[in-house]
Amino acid sequence: MGARVLLALGLAALVAVPPLLPKYALEVLISILFFGYLGACWNILGGYGGQFSFGHAAFFGIGAYTSTLLLLHWNVSPWLGMLAGGALATAFGLFAGYLSFRYGLRGPYFSLVTLAFAEMLRVVAVNWKAVGSSLGLVVPNRGSAPAMFLFAEKLPYYYVIFVMALGAVWITRVIERSRMGYALAAVRENEDAAEAAGVDALSTKLRAMAASSFLTALGGTFYAQYFAYIDPSLTFGPAISIGGLLPAIVGGAGTVAGPLLGSFVLTPISEVTRALLRGRAGADIMLYGLILILVISFLPNGLVGWLRSRRPGAERAA
Amino acid sequence: MTWLFFQAVVSGLLLGGVYGLVASGLSLIFGVLRIINFAHGAVMMLAMYTSYWLFVLLGMDPYLSILVTGPLFFGLGMLIQRVIIEPNRAAAEHNQLLLTLGVALFLENLALVLWQGDFRSLRVSYSGASFMVGDVLVEVPRLIAAGGAVLVGLALWGFLRTTDTGKAIRALSEEPEGARLVGIDVARIRGAAFGIGSACVAVAGALITPFFYVAPDVGESFNIMAFVVVVLGGMGNFLGALAGGFIVGLAESLGAAFLPGSLKQLVVFGLFVIVLLFRPEGLFGARRGR
Repeated sequence: MGARVLLALGLAALVAVPPLLPKYALEVLISILFFGYLGACWNILGGYGGQFSFGHAAFFGIGAYTSTLLLLHWNVSPWLGMLAGGALATAFGLFAGYLSFRYGLRGPYFSLVTLAFAEMLRVVAVNWKAVGSSLGLVVPNRGSAPAMFLFAEKLPYYYVIFVMALGAVWITRVIERSRMGYALAAVRENEDAAEAAGVDALSTKLRAMAASSFLTALGGTFYAQYFAYIDPSLTFGPAISIGGLLPAIVGGAGTVAGPLLGSFVLTPISEVTRALLRGRAGADIMLYGLILILVISFLPNGLVGWLRSRRPGAERAA
Repeated sequence: MTWLFFQAVVSGLLLGGVYGLVASGLSLIFGVLRIINFAHGAVMMLAMYTSYWLFVLLGMDPYLSILVTGPLFFGLGMLIQRVIIEPNRAAAEHNQLLLTLGVALFLENLALVLWQGDFRSLRVSYSGASFMVGDVLVEVPRLIAAGGAVLVGLALWGFLRTTDTGKAIRALSEEPEGARLVGIDVARIRGAAFGIGSACVAVAGALITPFFYVAPDVGESFNIMAFVVVVLGGMGNFLGALAGGFIVGLAESLGAAFLPGSLKQLVVFGLFVIVLLFRPEGLFGARRGR
């Protein structure tokens, strides 16, 4: 019961407090929820399914580019464009996933092939003039136009990403408790045994891929609208893939709350070190790398795993 | 057009030798530790800076600096493995991968803090030396780099075949449980493998400094190329990596000659995906797939 009250209080604070926050704090909070959202999307395939994608930037970039191009060329609202981006990313995810899973790529091989797919899309975007090549695309600023996913203030963007993050966590929870969730866990723990027990591993992994890629693409549209600028390395580069998988793993891969929790720890660290070490380019990421090593070494099962192990009687349960 | 083709073939083969050495180091580490080492390129970058500074401060020839960087980075690699990776052996595989990622972030940005993001290059007396074979230009430093890389690669292969440590490394990469059962000090061998792999990439870095720029992110592209090469050659297959280097060098160089912009990378990644899908055990022999 205590946990529920705590959760309700936390949610209430996340709704009520942001209007009172100074601009910088609000930006950090948006950043936290943004990476938490990406982590939650990655978690569905990577955490629950154990398919360690290193190329989720592919879906993110497809989402960002699709909605932005639709907006620039046909004035389609990004609210609709993001669905189109999601559909395209899902199609790409199913294509890439079918090929990889069909040929039995597992573990590091799957990581590498997903990395390659994302890098290929990045190279295509860099060389394709119609999508702005390496110069990227600017989302025109027309003041406040909520119907076009444009706001004059940061606060509405905050609520958008808040709802998205909450939605992703809710979807994770639904999946976890569904038949598919059990099938995914079985595939993660031992694919051959799962198959022997009658789980269709290929279709299970593909369904997780579909959900994960669709949601990740929505994050791409959010990024494009929030920062009003996208380019190939920002959206298709490895940094986005890593930005999603890190909070998920640090928080606890394959847990509902893990990615958000991980982002609440990791993102402020990176934002604060960046603010503190502003004069020294690289010092912040250097420190971040060090903290990453320490966190992985001392919390091998993520924050959620650590919290669970601290609960009385947990040792025997584990 | 035929001139362009032959020039591209020569450039590709020369660069391919270096890719081969970078990748054999990665392959060795993968074979023994079963993890993709994301810090491999960062180690190469650090070695290139070491060679660069040895030249700028002490006037040491970059080729001679191999005598310093080789042992130095063997030690560094061993240190990374013993202090950071080994204590986490029992944790999930992806944790170890993230540890190497943390090391890469740390080293790359350490270089950025220490030496800023400027592109540096060193000029040695032979930097511009070249000769013609028919219509094809051959740059001497690139030829030395490729030749040196292949020599070092073959010497290491001999080391793996003949010495006790080498045999232990191979045993561990082929049959980890069996290696433990026959009394091989597994932790020590893992450290040695990481050290040797790092020394390989340090030597490769020194070999290219006479004609390649040095910058904090110089290792990244080599790292990704090495992933491609290692998969082509078969992960954990040392000689396969050397051979795969030439294939990737050729593919990249021919792509650069006949495709606009940076589309050459598409050729390399396309090759990568095709091999991963159809021959995940690598192009040479069916050692171990999946």
